[in-house]
Amino acid sequence: MSIWPGIPKQASGAIARKRLKLLLVADKTDCSPEILEKMKDDIVHVISNYIEIDKDGIEIQVVQSRSIPTPKRGPVIRANIPLCRGSGQPVYTVPTKRT
Amino acid sequence: MSEVIVITSGKGGVGKTTTSANVGTGLAILGKRVVLIDTDIGLRNLDVVMGLENRIVYNLVDVVEGNCRMKQALIRDKRYPNLYLLPSAQTRDKSAVTPEQMAKLADDLREDFDYILLDCPAGIEQGFWNAVSGADRALVVTTPEVSAIRDADRIIGLLEAAQMRDIDLIVNRIRMDMVRRGDMMSVDDVIDILAVNIIGAVPDDESIVISTNQGEPLVGMGSLAGQAYMNISRRVMGENIPLMEWDHSKSFLARLSSLLRHA
Repeated sequence: MSIWPGIPKQASGAIARKRLKLLLVADKTDCSPEILEKMKDDIVHVISNYIEIDKDGIEIQVVQSRSIPTPKRGPVIRANIPLCRGSGQPVYTVPTKRT
Repeated sequence: MSEVIVITSGKGGVGKTTTSANVGTGLAILGKRVVLIDTDIGLRNLDVVMGLENRIVYNLVDVVEGNCRMKQALIRDKRYPNLYLLPSAQTRDKSAVTPEQMAKLADDLREDFDYILLDCPAGIEQGFWNAVSGADRALVVTTPEVSAIRDADRIIGLLEAAQMRDIDLIVNRIRMDMVRRGDMMSVDDVIDILAVNIIGAVPDDESIVISTNQGEPLVGMGSLAGQAYMNISRRVMGENIPLMEWDHSKSFLARLSSLLRHA
């Protein structure tokens, strides 16, 4: 709720959640969200040399492997890179994993 | 089969000692033989929360150094004859004991007790490793705050790396009124972020302050926190009890007053 009608203020619980998620990524990878963003650009660059991908639909996250099945415990980089068919429409998603 | 359980958190002040006292007392009420060990050498507190501070003669370091026998250092609880406390030393520091010595001490108690609960100090230094080394399983306490959850995540990482068999989470000091208006992370938010099994959620409750003032754990009493701690004790024993829905247990008057406040 906001003091000024018409200007919604984000509830602080949601802010805490967002900050915490970024913080844990930085803690686990020992690298800042900015570096992660640069890495994302590089990955996009490399893959788009070979296949056409939907650049706006890309999601790269560092998550705990306990939330997804992997052979090894610990943080994992999870990338969702939607591919494009000739028309430029994303058709399906290839999830890639890396430790 | 007895179990050694460490209660830990990383961050200080989230309720490790209160949780140890209440879960331990709850297990004793349920008929188990329980010993609580305060491993916070130099900053002992569990004795005060249990209301046993005037009965301390020997402590954990005395046992480890062989100044007394284990039986001489154990203090029997005021109310429950099957509940004991092994107090910590106040005038020494964490280096007075090694992880191996602590593991052996906890192991020696298996013969006489069903549950050996270790109240861990804050931090991730030697005191933490002392407390963790002999434990079969861990209860990680956190509150719905950014700093406490960040530290809990770090602790869970360290426990996993140390091959801890079972790691369960307790979310403490939840204020449902704040969660409802979006100003506090919910239990589900915390579980989602930490991706770990939850064993209990405890509401922020004035009665905890009162019970700590009196030196008598409130587990099993009428308050919401007392019920929540009793549920945790039962789940520790392996009973399958769903998480409490505090909204339903709220009285009609309380609901009416919160409705008026938000109108």
